Amino acid sequence: MSRLDVRKTYKLFIGGAFPRSESGHSYVVDDVRGRFVANAALASRKDARDAVAAARKAFPGWSGRTAYNRGQVVYRIAEVMEDRRPQFVQAVRQGEGGTAATAEKELDAAIDRLVWYAGWADKIAQVVGNANPVAGPFFNLSTPEPTGVVAVVAPAESSLLGLVSVVAPVIVTGNTVVVAASAQRPLPAVTFAEVLATSDVPGGVVNILTGALDRTIPTLASHMDVNAIDLTGLAGDPEQGRALEVAAAENLKRVRRAPSAEPDWDADPGLDRMTDFLETKTVWHPIGV
Amino acid sequence: MVTSTATAAASSGHDWGDVAASDASLRRFLHGLPGVDQVGAEARAAGLGTRSIKTTAKAFALDLAIRMVDLTTLEGQDTPGKVRALCAKAIRPDPSDPTCPSTAAVCVYSDLVATAKEALGSSGVHVASVATAFPSGRAALDVKLADTRDAVAAGADEVDMVIDRGAFLAGRYLEVFEEIEAVRAASGPAHLKVILETGELQTYDNVRRASWLAMMAGANFIKTSTGKVQPAATLPVTLVMLEAVRDYREQTGRMIGVKPAGGIRTSKDAIKYLVMVNEVAGPDWLDPDWFRFGASTLLNDLLMQRTKMQTGRYSGPDYFTLD
Repeated sequence: MSRLDVRKTYKLFIGGAFPRSESGHSYVVDDVRGRFVANAALASRKDARDAVAAARKAFPGWSGRTAYNRGQVVYRIAEVMEDRRPQFVQAVRQGEGGTAATAEKELDAAIDRLVWYAGWADKIAQVVGNANPVAGPFFNLSTPEPTGVVAVVAPAESSLLGLVSVVAPVIVTGNTVVVAASAQRPLPAVTFAEVLATSDVPGGVVNILTGALDRTIPTLASHMDVNAIDLTGLAGDPEQGRALEVAAAENLKRVRRAPSAEPDWDADPGLDRMTDFLETKTVWHPIGV
Repeated sequence: MVTSTATAAASSGHDWGDVAASDASLRRFLHGLPGVDQVGAEARAAGLGTRSIKTTAKAFALDLAIRMVDLTTLEGQDTPGKVRALCAKAIRPDPSDPTCPSTAAVCVYSDLVATAKEALGSSGVHVASVATAFPSGRAALDVKLADTRDAVAAGADEVDMVIDRGAFLAGRYLEVFEEIEAVRAASGPAHLKVILETGELQTYDNVRRASWLAMMAGANFIKTSTGKVQPAATLPVTLVMLEAVRDYREQTGRMIGVKPAGGIRTSKDAIKYLVMVNEVAGPDWLDPDWFRFGASTLLNDLLMQRTKMQTGRYSGPDYFTLD
């Protein structure tokens, strides 16, 4: 006797919970060969608004943790991902095609990237902070601080390695994030949300929206309570990138501009994805008598 | 007894002398009021909460809600500085937009009335003062009356009194009635709002009885809660009170205001209340003279929604004062 397929309808990830889209809409996700895989939630602008509110609420607690603790939490995400290997491999293959071996390789790279960024949590301040020499009896210390709520447009092509590579550097320094996942390939992001929900990440630190980007990212770009936006996912679409930059200028958001083509995610990531979403605070402290 | 009922009749325009003649007659009247259908009231309130209010209707509702806010600070840590800041916000809630209306009043403890009065000057924003041993209402009558007179002498335009819930729940209705009358007399020209503290009244039937008791004793407004007890204002409780003021006007011709207070934090909630006012009491009550919100954080959300409607962009708490 053949068994009926369980056809799944995935939900959003906002504030540590999995709500349906406020609009009630969902859309069909097909694999690379055009076969039905699952339904995913079609996020609306009100979902984007709710996600920003959740991220704002989570920010004081997350940024107030010690860097060491944030590193542990990000490392824990890698551990839980390791436990879900088959599910990630399947999600990557459905979305991006290719063999099981290439999907395994991408998963390895994604987990390694989380571990790499987890290690940076308590080292970034030593590298980009400084004790400045000044002409007076003062300690002059520059330290990096998180920018706040960051909206991230995740890469369209690399649905797992790319996603991890844009989210991990933002949260490891103490920001909270609202991610618009790849519209065509949302399933690795959905599985990643399930990993986040079962690891030690506090609710609201990462919020994941699925669905057509034009329904959510203009809202995120113009939202006055979002402090920065990463447009990496709009690689090769300078028109839309420019429109969002104009919207983001209203409250002087930090903008990481859309690249001309999607980056090579296997290359050395460098520090700029962390430093782009850090503010430098400089403190003058008098030296005692 | 004869003299106190005479003043109530004079202020309410209706003679309740027979009803308020004794504890027994008052109990007979209050317990003779039709019972509240609890399931029906809750279903009706939930049903009215689903109405969709958009575009121009929403803009109207937001401005009306701002005009109805009694901007409240009732903390032990209130300082004159905080009250002055609150008054500035009440006069001009959104400093960047001159079309934004002022709130109806600021609501403070009686010792800060003078500070608030001075800060508000001739802006037209009223000063409301809580009195009568707020929030518990547990003090001797002369202490409560002295508290009320002090508030009015300091310039309060409105007095928010609490009823003695202990006496009410024990069935000593006449005691509550006479206390409200006495505070009514002590308030002089000030408007009297009577706080029923519905969170402590247990049943909707009691809410209806307390509403009638307060109205008969000369209240200008009936108010749900102090904000110090959970649950505070809820939609079904406000529904019962709105029915009471509607029925009271039908019977006596006198109009009484309603003020839900406590727990109303979002514009969405405020709009649900306005829908209910329109549908249950009627459009006559859609006015700051007859309906108020006792709230502090609600105003910020109303301002954020108002800004969103005007600019098309979601706003954030960075752009409004924290209070």
